[in-house]
This record gives sequence, C-alpha cells and structure tokens, in this order.
Amino acid sequence: MRVDALYRIDILLLLTLPRSDRDASGPEQQQGYELAMSTPRTLYQKHIDSHSVCELDDQGHVLLYIDRQVANEYTSPQAFSGLREAGRKVWRPSATLCVVDHVNPTAPERIADMPDAGGALQVNYFEQNCRDFGIELFDVLDKRQGIEHVVAPEQGFILPGMVVAAGDSHTTTYGALGAFGFGIGTSEIEHLLATQTLVYKRLKTMRVTVEGEPGPGLVSKDIIMELIRQIGAAGATGYAIEFTGPAISAVSVEARMTICNMAVEAGARGAFMAPDDKVYAYLQDKPRAPKGAQWQAAVEQWKTLFTDPDASFDKEVHMHVADVQPMVTWGTSPDQAASITGVVPDPMQEKDLILRQDLQRALRYMDLQPGTALEGIRISHAFIGSCTNARIEDLRDAARVVSGRKVAAGVRAMIVPGSTMVRDQAESEGLAQIFRDAGFEWRQSGCSMCLAMNDDVLSPGDRCASSTNRNFEGRQGAGARTHLMSPAMVAAAAVTGHLVDVRSLALEA
Amino acid sequence: MEPFKYVEGYAAPMLAANVDTDVIMPKQFLKGIDRSGLDRGVFFDLRFLLDGTPNPDFVLNQDPWNTSTFLVVGPNFGCGSSREHAVWGLKQLGIRALIGTTFAGIFYDNCQRNGVLTIQLSPAELKELGHVVSERGGSCIAIDLEAQHILLVDGRAIEFKIDALRKQALMLGLDAIGTTLQRSDDIRAFEARHLQSNPWLV
Repeated sequence: MRVDALYRIDILLLLTLPRSDRDASGPEQQQGYELAMSTPRTLYQKHIDSHSVCELDDQGHVLLYIDRQVANEYTSPQAFSGLREAGRKVWRPSATLCVVDHVNPTAPERIADMPDAGGALQVNYFEQNCRDFGIELFDVLDKRQGIEHVVAPEQGFILPGMVVAAGDSHTTTYGALGAFGFGIGTSEIEHLLATQTLVYKRLKTMRVTVEGEPGPGLVSKDIIMELIRQIGAAGATGYAIEFTGPAISAVSVEARMTICNMAVEAGARGAFMAPDDKVYAYLQDKPRAPKGAQWQAAVEQWKTLFTDPDASFDKEVHMHVADVQPMVTWGTSPDQAASITGVVPDPMQEKDLILRQDLQRALRYMDLQPGTALEGIRISHAFIGSCTNARIEDLRDAARVVSGRKVAAGVRAMIVPGSTMVRDQAESEGLAQIFRDAGFEWRQSGCSMCLAMNDDVLSPGDRCASSTNRNFEGRQGAGARTHLMSPAMVAAAAVTGHLVDVRSLALEA
Repeated sequence: MEPFKYVEGYAAPMLAANVDTDVIMPKQFLKGIDRSGLDRGVFFDLRFLLDGTPNPDFVLNQDPWNTSTFLVVGPNFGCGSSREHAVWGLKQLGIRALIGTTFAGIFYDNCQRNGVLTIQLSPAELKELGHVVSERGGSCIAIDLEAQHILLVDGRAIEFKIDALRKQALMLGLDAIGTTLQRSDDIRAFEARHLQSNPWLV
C-alpha cells in the first residue's frame, strides 16, 4: 500500500545472498576464528567474532562477551532479585552503569522523591542494588542523569567496537558510535550481570545504503521513518542492520543516533555504522573516553572496524533520500507513516482481510478518516523528548522553528531534554529561554511522555505531535493518539496547532 | 523453570499484525519490583471495558478461549519495548506457547528464558491453523515438543522446526545462568585476553 502518490522512493531489495562464513565454524572457537579471518567479513561478523567466548552449536549460537551494560530502575529489579535469591555476585560491576530515567517526574523543578509508591519502590530498590553490588548510579539529583541512551554516549561510556546490551529496546542507539548495541529482557540482564555474557544467536545481516543528498529541512528522523515505512515494522526482524552511504556520512553523530535508535522499530536487533572521524571527534573530549597514548591506540584499532570490500550481506537495501520529505505517522505502528504532504490511506484498498482490519482498527483508534490531508490535523499536545530526539542538536532544530513564535492556543507543549547535561547546555545557549518565551514547559530530564511511565500521561482523546519513537495504542496514555515526527516538525505543530510542513514555516521566518 | 514436553489445551486466534508489548502489558503494571500479579495486566485495554468488567468481544473472554493455553498470533508479535513483564503476564495467565510466523527478537528471547515455547510456521500454515482454532470444535490442540509437531483435533499434524539448543533448554527446564557459569573458566580466560588487547575497555 502506498500512502502518498506524490513521491516515490525506490528501495531495491537487490538480492538475497547465502550466508557467507556464518555457521561454518565448528565448536572450537579458535577454529571458527581462523576460518573467519580468511574470509571477507561484515562489520557485524567482526563485532561478534571478536566477542565470542566459544561457539555453542553449529546453528550460530555463541557465548557472547558483553563489554558494557546500562541499566534502569524498571527493567532491572527482578534481575537483581534473581541474583539475591541464587546467592550470585555481579561478574564485573564496573561494566554496568545504572541510571534512573523511566519513572522519575520531569517537572520543571527537580523532584528527588518519586511521587507514586511504585516508582519510589523501584528507585529505592535500584539504589539498594547499586550499593549492595558495587555498581555506579546516576540518580535524579546527579548532574549526569538523563535518559540512559543519551547519558551513556555523552559520558564516553560507549566506544567503537564495544558490544553493549541493556534492558531497553533502544540500546541500538549505540551503533552510531561504531559499537554493537541491542536490547534484552530482564532474565538476560540477570544472566549478563552474573556471567558478563549472553547466549546469543548470530543474526542475519542487512546493509542499508542511503544515497543522495537530503533536501532542505530534512533530518535523520525523516530518513529512518521513511525506511521503516518502506520495509515495514518487521522488515528487519532477525537482522542486524549496517547503515552506510553518503547520506549517513554527511550527518552528525547525534543524527546517526536517531537512525540507529529507531531501527528497532523496523525489528532490527542491532543497527550500526562504521566509525569515522566524526565519531572520534565526538568522543575525544568525553569524560570516560581513553586519553593520551591509549586514545591513539584505540583509534588505530577502531579504524579496522569496517565491512571488508568483498563481504556479503543476507539482504541489501538501497534508499535514495533526495526526494524524502518530512514524515509523520498517521496510525498506531511506526510503519504507518507518510510524508506530511500526504493523506490518510483508505483501508478498502488493502486486499488482505486481516491487514485491512488492522488498518481500520488503526484509523478508528486515531479517529481519522481516509483521504484526510495530514497537514491540518489539529493537536492538543506537543512533546519533544526521548532517546530518539532530545539531544542538543534536536533542541537547536526545534528552537530555530519556535524562535519569535508562540505555542498555539489550546496546545500544551513540553520539552524534556534527553539529559541534565543537555538541559544545562540548552540553558547556556539561550534555547531554554526561547522555549519558555514561546510558552513551552521547560522540564527536567527523563523518558517522560515517550512511554508515560511517570506522571507525564495523556488523557483519552488527546492528540500529540511527538518526537518519540512509538505511536502504539495507549503508549502515551490510554486512548491517547500519537503522531511521530522530527523535533522541528513537533515545534512547527506546536506553534500552529496542527500538523504542518515545517518547511513552510521556515520560509515565512 | 517448568519443562515443556507435551501440552494440550485451547488455542486462541489473535491474528492482528504487530501486536506490541505496550498492548500486551500496559505501563500501569510495570511499577513493581517482583513478577507477581501480572496476569491481570495482560491485554488489559482489550480484555476489560472502562468500568473494569470483561469485554465480551475479546477472544480471551469467550468460551472456550477464556481458558487458552496457546495463542495463534499475527506477524511481528511482541514488537516494541523490551519489557519482560509481557511474557511473565502471559505465563501467569496460563499461556505455554505462542504460534506465529515472526516474533520480535527481544520478546522471542524473553519467551525462551521463561519456558514459553514460540513456534514459527509459514504464513500459509499459520493462516490454516488460524481458521481451525477460530472454530470452537477445532480450538483444542496439542503441542508435542519432542516430536516437533502440533496435533489438531482432526488428526492432522503440523511439523515445526526448532534449534536443538532451545529445544533442550525448554524440555529440561534448564537454568541458563547455571549452565553458563559452568564455563566460568572460559569466560575468565577470554576476558583477560580481551581486556589486555583493548585496555580502554576496562
């Protein structure tokens, strides 16, 4: 089904190649490693080969060593309880960084105590676990606190070549640094804490080559949303994605994080890019990045982190961005998206009965009629936040749109910076004042209304323009409706009161 | 973990695509530090009306599917958030296996680690199974993990594939951490080499 007839982007599913050297190695790690060395390898294969303690079978299972883990207060408690019940220790406490982010309030003045009993219980237990097991914690009063996937890169806790797992699906974000990150459940957190490893099955590999030069006003959020629309919410299920191509090289490291972050919405269990000079420049002054001679040695090693020229992928996708336009979602799955110039699709054009029912259900939930122009759909809320789009560049983008304008009547607009450090920087750059002057709430950091686990929850019938990653039913509150888009597009919707093409505002300004 | 060998029960059809873990286990049930009480939260907004009474239109509230042991699900089931609460809740509700075409990766692993069997069939096989279990008379099935097939009331058997490693863990109800810790010496040796050649990882 095509949502817009106004433009077309070719994604060529070029070819499906047989797996190259995967699964070919025997049970002995050494044997497998030597075989792999003699064959051109993808970056994914290099990541996994260099972290395999041993092969576990001939079906691609390995015992995978994990360099670093980030943990939050809501998916970790039962993992720590499991360790306690079994009398097990944490294998390497310094490999884990704990950050409070999901349940804390984000009111403009920082609230240290969780206002609800459940959140208080989780934060207290989190603190106790960090104390008892010797793990570093950033609590809500820490100047380095924030959303885990914003905090870990800005601290230099994640470096190229690392394999990172964390109890949050958006751990894919770290791929922008040339690391391999993926989300895990609580049982796996416990396994990782106890053994520093995971029983892991090698994924299939997909290369997404992003060609062309983005048009004016187009950002990386639009690129990843368009990819998800094209390949579908399960388009990369079972795959690790390597992004490459001129459009990836051209954008900033933070913009790449948005792409890797949202790749999980296409089902990817990991998404990454080869590190380059931009990554090294991003990392060099970070608190935990290696220094001096060790930095030089690290960079030399990181320069080997690329896919060998003759390595083959299980799937190749080519995407051309020249004609991509600002994107918004109209449905309840991230692949139910279209250009802002498009219209709400007609489910009756879908021949498959079950798929048609899915579309009808989505439109019923979203209270939208087929054929309605997306531009012009009125909103009640605007939210800029989340690990997808609440870094400093995102706030600068939004501020450029907001500057000199006011939030439209009847719209509640919120900005929740991705970290306390981002918040402080935005204050010092004058961005916070621009937002406040326009009538935005300028709030403290946390996951907030991306998943609405804290008190930032929408009411039934609310309609929110949101810079987040999921437009699922009830995600931002039972009965609430979410339209995903870039931070600048959210800012534009906030000041006009409806979904709007940010490029038309920029022209006015 | 309860071993999975041969299990009989009702199978409920839930064939919508992209059923996400926010729908399976909404946010208000995520505020605990243990795993208890999550059966109440499963599909909460679908199972219950606003006044808290069961929604008669939802399949898991209809006889005989209100006692289901299996779900026959649409593609990409369990997508979205990593929250294992979704699997804990399904298990507490009595669900022992999910039969679909594709499952989201994290959810799939979470099922495995909790002894919930996930079976992947072809789209055509799943469509057929969906039809069969949508009829009251066909909704009772059996899953024989040892033999790797699903048995229908009419005597038909649908074969399925599963990795030997996963099958063994499910059939024996193995403690994964205990199994891995038997390789502690290997992990320690690997770690020493790895951190020595990449000292910035320490």
